Amino acid sequence: MGGEAGDDPNFEKDLEELRETFNSGKTRDASWRRSQLKAMQLLLKETEDEIFHALKQDLGKPRCEAYRDEIGTVTKSVQYALGNLKYWMSAKKVNLPLIAFPATAELIPEPLGLVYIISSWNFPFGLSLEPIIGAIAAGNVVVLKPSELAPTCSAVLASVIDKYLDNKAIKVFQGGVSVGQQLLQHKWDKIFFTGSAQVGRLVMAAAANHLTPVTLELGGKCPAVVDSISGSWDRESTFKRILGGKFASCAGQVCIGVDYILVEKRYLSTLVSRLQIWIRKMFGDNPKECLARIINKHHFIRLKNLLSDPLVKASIRHGGSLDEANLFIEPTILVDPPLHSAIMTEEIFGPLLPIITLDKIEDSVKFINSRPKPLTIYAFTNNEKLKKMLIAGTSSGGITFNDTLVQHAADTIPFGGVGGSGFGRYHGKFSFDTFSHEKAILRRGFLTDFWFRFPPWDDKKLQLFRDAYRYDYIGIALTFLGLKK
Amino acid sequence: MRSAYINKEREIEIEKEIEREKEKETEREMDNDSKFDGESARVMMKELRETYSTGKTKSYEWRICQLNNLLKIAEFHEPEILQALHSDISKPEFESFVHEIWLIKTSCKLAIKELKRWMKPEKVGTTLVTFPSSAEIVAEPFGVVLIISAWNYPFLLSLDPVIGAIAAGNTVVLKPSEVSPATSSLLAKYIGEYMDSSAVKVVEGAIPETSVLLEQKWDKILYTGNSKVGRIVLAAAAKHLTPVVLELGGKSPIIVDSDIDLKIAARRIISGKWGCNNGQACISPDYIITTKDFAPKLVDSLKLQLLKFYGEEPLKSDDLSRVVNSNHFNRLIKLLDDDKVSGKIVHGGQRDIVNLKIAPAILLDVPEDSLIMNEEIFGPLLAIVTVDRLEESFNIINSRPKPLAAYLFTNNKKLKEKFVGDVSAGGLLINDTTLHLTVPTLPFGGVGESGMGGYHGKFSFDTFSHKKAVMYRSYLGDASERYPPYTTRKLRFLKAVMNGSFLDIFRAILGWP
Repeated sequence: MGGEAGDDPNFEKDLEELRETFNSGKTRDASWRRSQLKAMQLLLKETEDEIFHALKQDLGKPRCEAYRDEIGTVTKSVQYALGNLKYWMSAKKVNLPLIAFPATAELIPEPLGLVYIISSWNFPFGLSLEPIIGAIAAGNVVVLKPSELAPTCSAVLASVIDKYLDNKAIKVFQGGVSVGQQLLQHKWDKIFFTGSAQVGRLVMAAAANHLTPVTLELGGKCPAVVDSISGSWDRESTFKRILGGKFASCAGQVCIGVDYILVEKRYLSTLVSRLQIWIRKMFGDNPKECLARIINKHHFIRLKNLLSDPLVKASIRHGGSLDEANLFIEPTILVDPPLHSAIMTEEIFGPLLPIITLDKIEDSVKFINSRPKPLTIYAFTNNEKLKKMLIAGTSSGGITFNDTLVQHAADTIPFGGVGGSGFGRYHGKFSFDTFSHEKAILRRGFLTDFWFRFPPWDDKKLQLFRDAYRYDYIGIALTFLGLKK
Repeated sequence: MRSAYINKEREIEIEKEIEREKEKETEREMDNDSKFDGESARVMMKELRETYSTGKTKSYEWRICQLNNLLKIAEFHEPEILQALHSDISKPEFESFVHEIWLIKTSCKLAIKELKRWMKPEKVGTTLVTFPSSAEIVAEPFGVVLIISAWNYPFLLSLDPVIGAIAAGNTVVLKPSEVSPATSSLLAKYIGEYMDSSAVKVVEGAIPETSVLLEQKWDKILYTGNSKVGRIVLAAAAKHLTPVVLELGGKSPIIVDSDIDLKIAARRIISGKWGCNNGQACISPDYIITTKDFAPKLVDSLKLQLLKFYGEEPLKSDDLSRVVNSNHFNRLIKLLDDDKVSGKIVHGGQRDIVNLKIAPAILLDVPEDSLIMNEEIFGPLLAIVTVDRLEESFNIINSRPKPLAAYLFTNNKKLKEKFVGDVSAGGLLINDTTLHLTVPTLPFGGVGESGMGGYHGKFSFDTFSHKKAVMYRSYLGDASERYPPYTTRKLRFLKAVMNGSFLDIFRAILGWP
């Protein structure tokens, strides 16, 4: 079931099979969900080398990165889901106000049905499997469309998912834009999209036809606010973490990567020189071994063009060399490129790191707010006042203090954007919730009824109700006891 | 002397002419002022964004003040509200008070009481993978929010979402329905008087004004209405990547078993159907499914209770809302006059075209392909579908779009469990109708065709908030294993951390196999 969809008649047949599977009720069983999550654990363990190889092929991704950012995080997420599945699936009793007495109420999560997951090319395994974990845990049937820009990964996903998971409930359709568009015409019960805002709009517009709820995980320009850090250990960690969050994850092609830095003018030279030293330490000897490459020629040219503006070029302080044949760009640092240049108005999504200087670090709040809301804001500071200022004064999907990227591995906080960076969220229980409908159930008995509930209405009944309301719950309880049939 | 007198007369005439011209000019200006077009929308959005960027709506004080002012509208203007609701839909005073005014008061009081707690950041634990770290989830407003409300509960469905939006710290534009014009202008008047007009606005109007509003970039939209317009709202929101809550409707079924207290069940069914705006409510029971054997008894009981509630001449009863307008009146008549249901009307259905009233009607044994079974009734007609065995009702319900509510009357435990497990709807109620709307601890919203998202109680606050994930990391431990240059040993360490195994971490650090 992993072949090209296109005009393939199996496409319709496959969707019908998925709906039949869902309607049979099989995917609602806890035992089925558990078996699929366990199968995913096995998949990750047994096909690790295949995955490493595919990521190296499509993105030149080093094994550590591949494990740290994709295989490892998904392994951890499956484990977390298995450990919490029973609780997530359980009905949650709800407190009722006295006026509803006697009654009981609860919230029961149920699967939405047929779910469509569209993933991205930069973390093809992570961004495909992480949502699938949520969708399966919630009891849905799934179609995954991996990105065609990472074709080896796409093919491996299709093959391993078919082999390890229930292929009557989880299918992979490979293909490009036309396949994606065809699939969007269908009626889905939920669509989960990771990618660019431009395509996000198309996905949501298509979903509108069928009133399909959508989660959009988009991107944005994620700033790193760098305050003065006292203590050399903390300072050195700051520089390492910034570089880790920029260059050491898919060469900056990551939605929560550090896009640009904000720093006070007086710390600029220290920052630049220490960053340069650490770049050499981390990537110096063998940069092509330690850095992913740019996904394709189109994006390479796009990044090249960001540097072509003479004023931007002049602002380069480190790196800047481009190897088109190998789609490799050296870690590049720029200082104060013009704010209206493309590199400062578009999401960079590559290994170019502009540093913008400010008079006071507090100005970073205004700077960030004058731009679209990013997926994440990073801030390196020990100043509690600045932390509070940033939390209250800016808006973003999330904020992480004193590190980069790690929030992605956290199971207890939601991962998602706001405004231009998207809406909806996942990870941990948020994944389960995003693929569930929380159904409200209220149960009553026949024992009692408020006689004044029913017409014919007269002033007496209305007055009683007003009194009951004014005395609040005690009065109402007293009224209950004076039943009349 | 004569010429002086004539001049004086002429002077007076000229003055009067100038006065008349001034009046005409003012009228023209007023006409232009009242037109809400693209330019007005842009100006309004600019003002709202500026208000929002000052940060004032984020403060607890501002939110509490606005909520208290909103409460005053419900508390001090009850007669005007009742009058407006009566004018718009002939809503009985009792319903207006209980279903609209009272619900708004409780909702507002709950928000005022709980706001401090709702606004507090939620601390969450973190796992070994990100150790050492701490995290919390902080609620922040979206910004500028659009609420489009409906005509059937024009007061409730306008102000209840506004309560949530304000409690969450947003600026708000409310667009009440033009099909309930008296309530619409009442809302415009009192919101203008009582609320902070730089942050909370009402835009009245119909399709042109709504279209202009939908072209703007909102940070969140909440729409209550039908699924056709819901699609238009969602498509408009897609252009700006605006998240949307859609509170739509559907055909809410009631499954009625035979082992019940029939009298109580009948009263509750009637109260949920005709006692809720005469069937014009999104969670009104739409149709009943019961066994062929039981149907006659059910019909008899319903007839008896209907007589008690509304008397011999229900068209004259003040306890029933009218049909809102002639469009809907004609639509409902068409359902009654459909060939496929001729002979199926077992009670009521008399019509008063002048006063737009239809007497409570029951239709028995309607075919699945009749008009009445293929659109949301939204009126005083109750269709009954009969089956041989009650278990067949689940197939009937599941073969249709998911409704906003589904009801079951039974004492059979197994049937209850099957209902809860198999039927998908926004909310389910066993042995009663519509009450779940009044419970603030239950989210109120649909699924599938009946909508997306939900609100009421804290869910209102949540729906109008962005829950921001805040993570605090320490500098205390910084594993070099995270960074290049990458080695096999580093890979082992990473694996150990991800798997959460202390032993493996220990061994990786020491380089043991």
